[in-house]
Amino acid sequence: MEFLRPATWDEALAAKAENPSAVPISGGTDVMVELNFDRHRPAALIDLNRITELTEWQSGTYEGQEGEVVRLGSAVPYARITKELSGPLQGLAIAGNTVGSPQIRNRGSVGGNLGGASPAGDAHPALLAAGRDVFVEAASVRGTRLIAIDDFYVGVKRNSLEPDELIRAIRIPVADGPQQFSKIGTRNAMVIAVCAFGFALHPKNGTVGTGIGSAAPTPRRAVEAEEFLAGELASRNLWNSGGLIGPAAIQRFGELVSAAASPIDDVRGTAAYRRHSLAVMARRTLTWTWNEYTQSLRSAA
Amino acid sequence: MSTRTIRGEKNLQDITTAHPDGIGGSPLRPDGTLKVKGEFAYSSDLWHEDMLWGMALRSPHAHAKILSIDISEALTQPGVYAVMTHDDIPGSKLYGLEVVDQPAIATGKVRYHGEAVAIIAADHPETARRALAKIKVEYEVLPPITTEEQCLDPETYGYVHSPEEYKAHASGNIVHQQKVVSGLGVTDEVRALADVVVVGDYEVGMQDQAFLGPESGLAVPAEDGGIDLYIATQWLHVDRQQIAPVLGLPENKVRLTLAGVGGAFGGREDLSMQIHACLLAQRTGKPVKIVYSREESFFGHVHRHPAKMRYEHGATRDGKLVYMDARIVLDGGAYASASPAVVGNASSLSVGPYEIPNVNVLAVALYSNNPSCGAMRGFGAVQACFAYESQLDKLAAELGMDPVELRQLNAVSQGSYLPTGQMIDAPAPVAELLQKVKDLPLPQPLDLANLDIRELPGALSNTSHGEGIVRGVGYAVGLKNVGFSEGFDDYSTARVRLEVIGGEPVAMVHTAMAEVGQGGVTVHGQIARTELGVERVTIHPANTEVGSAGSTSASRQTYMTGGAVKLAAEAVRNELFNLGRSRYGWTYNDLSLVGGKVVSASAGVLISMVDLLGDHAIDLTREHHHRPTVPFDKETGQGFGHVQYTFCAHRAVVDVDIELGLVKVVELAAAQDVGKALNPLSVIGQIQGGSTQGLGLAVMEEIITRDGKVRNPSFTDYLIPTILDTPPQPVEIMELADPHAPYGLRGVGEAPTLSSTPAIVSAIRAATGLALMRVPVRPEHITGT
Amino acid sequence: MRVTFNANGREVEADDVWEGESLLFMLRERLGLPGSKNACEQGECGSCTVYLDGSPVCSCLVAAGQVQDREVRTVEGLADAETGLDPVQQAFIDAGAVQCGFCTPGLLVQTHDLLEREPQPSDSDIREALSGNLCRCTGYEKIMDAVRLASARKCHTSEVSQ
Repeated sequence: MEFLRPATWDEALAAKAENPSAVPISGGTDVMVELNFDRHRPAALIDLNRITELTEWQSGTYEGQEGEVVRLGSAVPYARITKELSGPLQGLAIAGNTVGSPQIRNRGSVGGNLGGASPAGDAHPALLAAGRDVFVEAASVRGTRLIAIDDFYVGVKRNSLEPDELIRAIRIPVADGPQQFSKIGTRNAMVIAVCAFGFALHPKNGTVGTGIGSAAPTPRRAVEAEEFLAGELASRNLWNSGGLIGPAAIQRFGELVSAAASPIDDVRGTAAYRRHSLAVMARRTLTWTWNEYTQSLRSAA
Repeated sequence: MSTRTIRGEKNLQDITTAHPDGIGGSPLRPDGTLKVKGEFAYSSDLWHEDMLWGMALRSPHAHAKILSIDISEALTQPGVYAVMTHDDIPGSKLYGLEVVDQPAIATGKVRYHGEAVAIIAADHPETARRALAKIKVEYEVLPPITTEEQCLDPETYGYVHSPEEYKAHASGNIVHQQKVVSGLGVTDEVRALADVVVVGDYEVGMQDQAFLGPESGLAVPAEDGGIDLYIATQWLHVDRQQIAPVLGLPENKVRLTLAGVGGAFGGREDLSMQIHACLLAQRTGKPVKIVYSREESFFGHVHRHPAKMRYEHGATRDGKLVYMDARIVLDGGAYASASPAVVGNASSLSVGPYEIPNVNVLAVALYSNNPSCGAMRGFGAVQACFAYESQLDKLAAELGMDPVELRQLNAVSQGSYLPTGQMIDAPAPVAELLQKVKDLPLPQPLDLANLDIRELPGALSNTSHGEGIVRGVGYAVGLKNVGFSEGFDDYSTARVRLEVIGGEPVAMVHTAMAEVGQGGVTVHGQIARTELGVERVTIHPANTEVGSAGSTSASRQTYMTGGAVKLAAEAVRNELFNLGRSRYGWTYNDLSLVGGKVVSASAGVLISMVDLLGDHAIDLTREHHHRPTVPFDKETGQGFGHVQYTFCAHRAVVDVDIELGLVKVVELAAAQDVGKALNPLSVIGQIQGGSTQGLGLAVMEEIITRDGKVRNPSFTDYLIPTILDTPPQPVEIMELADPHAPYGLRGVGEAPTLSSTPAIVSAIRAATGLALMRVPVRPEHITGT
Repeated sequence: MRVTFNANGREVEADDVWEGESLLFMLRERLGLPGSKNACEQGECGSCTVYLDGSPVCSCLVAAGQVQDREVRTVEGLADAETGLDPVQQAFIDAGAVQCGFCTPGLLVQTHDLLEREPQPSDSDIREALSGNLCRCTGYEKIMDAVRLASARKCHTSEVSQ
């Protein structure tokens, strides 16, 4: 096995181009488990820790995305996302705080979650909920392309990266409304999600964002639920009035989220429980964000 | 010991500490400084020049014939020094704790998922892994025998051990069974005496000890053709007894020294990698170290017997228990391990701490192709306690009685008879223990206006901001025995030496006791200080150079080995007095050792120990035997079978997120009679630790199998409580002396594992109104999905 | 490969390191620093916790080569050669928080980090900070006592020195 330690991003891209089967390692919280448990013996590892720009983030505006965007370096550890970005990336910050343990959060990153593309990755529901205009910067010696988050997950632990691509950053629009994330586990800390749900209100364009984790072969959006709720909020003028959504619509939203999942039975939980708890979390996260939204309307008034 | 470099010797040497506190105080652990500095060598930290790494190839099947094993390619891998199968075993092929039925390396057949099929020694763990992958094993997979129905019908479904190979004392796929019948038994006439009857079918899942220190040890070949084994285990001598015959060596050529132990809880009572390391060391002539990964650990040791129990209780309208009928089926898995003793415990303790005049119990352990089960803290009594305490709650509900009052009404006390005919001849404050936890003020309710989500079910996973949370309170009390039972002469040995070193009297204590974290090494120092009036005590490393100290299990070490230390120290003291008598002609009968001096109650200080001893050393070894017990009668279960009884009561307060089925234990209070707390700090630590293992069984811990295969062999999916899952744990200690025990003490370690689980489930039932007949309780059970 | 880095204030070098080895394995088997423990080797127990450039991480999840030219501090580096045990270490012994002690090194590093960042943490802060460190023996109560004790002692000391 080779251990490659590129000093710059260009060197990293060159190394990946030369060794397409090489596995990039940053926080190591997934890759090292595979190695320690003898599940995987890649021909080479590419250590990204020397490339400091991967641990930086900037905010700015970018083509193809409305409003302010956070360009999050792929190796920014979750602990720093929670500490530094809980305003602009509210949902992702909450999600990041549920990852593993404090030690894991000091090393694990969104780039790692995306690279592994496990349906149980905690970042995914939050990224999906953050909007359809979340983009993954996939870079290679051939240049950089932007992969829309909806196009990123293609199968169980499979993403749409080409073999010579590495993730440079993720461009996430700054939260324009309240966002939430909730994860079910049978223990109060250090759990892989039995299922997870990310939710965001997007008042700027009158839409809502959802993300379902650990309840389908890939992380996925609850499209019908989003459309239903956006329709409700628009037709009843709730964005402006800040009125109650009401139990019937909240219930319906939960049902649609649940129906959008394709969960299985496994050691962590049953499919039936996953559907049930997704509906509960959908209702709760909607309630929490809507309360936050209506409160901000009132204080702005 | 070998003259070559061996690292890890700091705790293989004597540890000397000076402290004024004898028994009753809480002096600090003598190994504490080494442990906090990271210098305490656990068995997995040992290192020896030239050492090789050993590893086992394990069966992917739960039940299969081994048609062939081809090791030729593995042998060609550079860095491989030996590959061995059962053919290469020089001595006997089988070993076992109670029944000699377990192959050291699988012989012709594998009977459980993960059974070792071949072993390898190589220069690096990675070399060993790559070489193991080159071993070709041809299996003929057989249908696994895994359910009660299948086990009890071997003619149709097969024998786990064929009748020719069967070594235990029952037959078919039954490892052991025990009946208990007392009073009139349970007949229709007896049933007619009850006004109210409750029946329940209860289930306890397979719990794992999940000790943090992986199975590991270092076997070093000696010049005399023997082996020196540095090992983390619970009982050095019984390990040796099982290892030596397999190596074809006499016991005195197999020398064991206790290496640092990272927890045990019963999981190290059976052998794990000991024989493999010794075989490889013997074969290669080099030191061999084996360290299990966590995944391998789940396959490499026995687990707690899962149990299916049907209980029937009848009571009068006033709440007096009239009869109890119980059928307890324990799944013992592939090999016998400690199943017979677990059955003995489960059956004789199945009634709980209650006076019930008519009892009929059948307890059975089965052979199956499920993972092997054996000793885990609580040992058969945990399973029974979940059943009988669930029953008592059910009965209380039927009768419209307070559940604590119902228990107190029927509680045993000193003088009561248990259904085995044994009288409880020591204090048994069951009613008082329940009252103590009941009287504790309840924790504050959730302040919904000022919630810290870390205190809620789900905590940082952000599942609730207060909605859907209901609180419940539950109680339970349990009955546990202390010590080995049923006629086993369970003795311990201790050697105590007294001499002057550096102008001070110093006592050295040498036992083979396995310190697994429980604090025995601390207590031995305290006993020596109390009995010999010294401050400086040296604890000698535990090894087989001194006689057996028995097992660190059954809550027996302080009682038995502490008792042996006391005997040896008393003998040393007497000899010291005799020295004074012969030298100075003392005729006093009122002598004691205090503060380094010989003191007469009437005449005052006679002489300092330093002056009396001079260059002389007094070095005596004593055995401590407990009063005899007898086996339980096969048909009636009658017999004075247990050495001592112990009782613990819990109150659990839980918050349940009703919609999601998530549970947070808010408080877990315990009350226990410990007879005499030799070290109060350690006693409380033991109670809190045991209670937490019970919490794990209540809400999260289970080895999940399907067709005999283990589906969750990792800490990712076998969940043990984190610090965010455990609550504040107030502990109330009673000290009512047991007149038969050294210092009046009562064994502490296991009783808390019994009542904690049913108390928590009882609280969840109170919050949800659900029956909850199985542990661990999963969210699906609460949400009904 | 060869890896050189700073461990507990000293430059150290490990040779013949297999490229897939973890920092934990390298510390324990090649550098004579077995204080960090190997209870699970998958980041689920915290027994391998060490400081990497001042941040506590699971050393089983750091590839050995990743620490080249970086700073690692383990439990063996908490005590001071002159002043002795760190207050966190002493508090763990004094409060009875050490039973088998296998979890102790990881807890010490994590607690040390907590008290550096938050000298007077609430009980919930303590539980959150230590939620990645498993203990099977104690039920965590005496560990809570130890952290509170260490916090009290450290704050008192700083008051006195003013």
